[in-house]
Amino acid sequence: MGKEKIKICDEFYDIMPPEYRELVDSATYGKEGRGWKDVGIAKELIEEHSLCAGCPESIAFRYVMACLPNPEDTVMVGSTGCTSLVFPHVAVHNIHSLFGNQNAVASGLKRALAYRFPGKVKDVVVLAGDGATVDIGLDMTLQSWFRQEKFLTICFDNELYANTGGQESGLMQKGFVSKMAPAGKKFDKVRLPEIAEESGCHYVATLTVSKPNRVEKAIRQGILIAREVGPTYIQLYTPCILEIGKQAMEGLQEMRDSEGPNERFAFKEYISEEAKAYLASLEKEKKPAAIPSQA
Amino acid sequence: MEANSVIGTINKKGQKIVDPEYLFFEAPRQQHFMTGSEVVREAIRRASVDISVAYPITPQSEAAAMVGDLYVEGYVGDYFRGESEFAVMSQCAGASFGGARVFTTTSGPGTLRAYENFPMWAGSRLPILINVMVRGINSPLNIQPDTLELGMILDTGMLIWHAETAQELLDYLLKGYIVAEEPDVHLPIAIVIDGFFVSHTKDMVMIPSADIALPPYNPYRSPVPCMDMEVPPVRMMRDPFVMKSNYISYATHASWQQEIRAAIERSRKHTIRLIGGLIEEENSDAEILIVSSGTAVAQGREAIRLLAEEGIRVGIVKVKTLRPFPHEEIRQATKNAKLIFVPEFNVVGWMAREIKAVIPDNHRVIDGPHVAGGMTMPPEVIVEEIKKVLAGKKEVVHG
Repeated sequence: MGKEKIKICDEFYDIMPPEYRELVDSATYGKEGRGWKDVGIAKELIEEHSLCAGCPESIAFRYVMACLPNPEDTVMVGSTGCTSLVFPHVAVHNIHSLFGNQNAVASGLKRALAYRFPGKVKDVVVLAGDGATVDIGLDMTLQSWFRQEKFLTICFDNELYANTGGQESGLMQKGFVSKMAPAGKKFDKVRLPEIAEESGCHYVATLTVSKPNRVEKAIRQGILIAREVGPTYIQLYTPCILEIGKQAMEGLQEMRDSEGPNERFAFKEYISEEAKAYLASLEKEKKPAAIPSQA
Repeated sequence: MEANSVIGTINKKGQKIVDPEYLFFEAPRQQHFMTGSEVVREAIRRASVDISVAYPITPQSEAAAMVGDLYVEGYVGDYFRGESEFAVMSQCAGASFGGARVFTTTSGPGTLRAYENFPMWAGSRLPILINVMVRGINSPLNIQPDTLELGMILDTGMLIWHAETAQELLDYLLKGYIVAEEPDVHLPIAIVIDGFFVSHTKDMVMIPSADIALPPYNPYRSPVPCMDMEVPPVRMMRDPFVMKSNYISYATHASWQQEIRAAIERSRKHTIRLIGGLIEEENSDAEILIVSSGTAVAQGREAIRLLAEEGIRVGIVKVKTLRPFPHEEIRQATKNAKLIFVPEFNVVGWMAREIKAVIPDNHRVIDGPHVAGGMTMPPEVIVEEIKKVLAGKKEVVHG
């Protein structure tokens, strides 16, 4: 697979846009062990974006793109929000249809791909904000898990509706004052990771994007388990520095401050027994040379 | 057409894939006596549908459930129940984005709950086929037929065909896929029937053999990229297409809506050939005409018979497609009429509005009779309306 599909006919090479030539010449497609370290080297890992300067979501988006194990056969589904401004720069097929229906669209998409390409790996990854995942789209998020739809759902949790200017969301902390929560939010942050576990997700992780190795491992596990076992969910803290009154350089510190042992985004990971067995089988496959020959 | 390569082959279910023209016009047919819901099942059995998503709401639940039986029998690739109509139509969108031939059904309040998806389907050029079995929209609670919801989906960018009978329902479901999937059309299509009147009553229907089927959908004939990564990745909305950031994206936005409407108009040539014109006329040289669609036409026909017994000659124009709307055909068919009655199963009279908008001297249009909220429309009601106007007992209100 790899870059075979994106090769340019020699006669047309010089008239293709430079972005496309770059994609063919130096994309990470087909590269074994691609990961966050490719960010900044490969142009298709979102060299330019249209988010605010210093936005933690922009680096989170790059990590997600860099950590797809199979980008040449991955389709991403997004939703309305700041992510819809980055999707135009993404070099995999992506769908943005309406607000909140991303897990429903992904359900239909994944089933269509599974039906049309039996025996071929086709990954679907949902990427949406907390408003789309937990508020307007909560029924579709949960029902896709109940149905055991085989795709990864990533929530960029910035604890408010950032794109529309900082209104209250279900994942906002209790007491936080925001637009539409003028006296402070009245109820607790919705415990979606726990709900995800109860709803049938086989892998659930909560973390910030301050530690790229950790993000890379979570994303890869989320996708691989979803491919073979069942639905997976990752909640990433991507603070909207603009709406919480931080400077462009303060996003990283904000994430570090929020991931302490007793903080909202302390690293948490749940892996179902089935998923553990699957991950163990992958490890075994990886090291066939280590098993001494009995012959 | 690439689909020719599969014609004559046998599908997973053992059906022979045949040329659509053969299935529609030449294949031997046998007479069956069945409900509209059962007719939906028989159409989908022959339609090579990849994915169907279902949700219960009367009166379409029965047909949606029967498509589930087809899935168990192996005629439909995948099938499941969504969590609401909004979700179902989103799931259908995902499946269609992924290159599948998709079928679903809806009714009344469900159609409205699903509504946000319809312009998105059209704007995304997804050739999903949806069978709309119209019913009353709450409140007060009512499950009886009412075409109010149909007036609301007229301008979503979908093709809309309104079947009068179970036979038309069968033919429109199959032919609808072929027109909707043409590369110069490639739009969603609503095949509409009046709930209960067609869905739950038995009718004689001529059906081709179950061992033949339409060629499968070929997603690579789509005018927009199929979301399967089998073709080189595209930056779908580069230079943020969603934002009017520069002249090119502004021009794209402005022209895209026009292109959807143009694609609806381009469907005429395919539709006219397959369903024999966008309208049907009977005695349209008469000075009094009834113009309508769906089962209002059937009631109109009976009214004509009753009026003929009294020596009053009335003709009828049946509108088969609401999108594209047959402007020119209706203008021609009504050119000699002095009075044009538009009986409708709804309170607002959207069909009369549509007709008034396209014909000259539209004071000739009598907006009615209307029944609403699931009331039946006995032919006598139409007769009475016509006689009242002729006797000058009913004031014709224009506007």
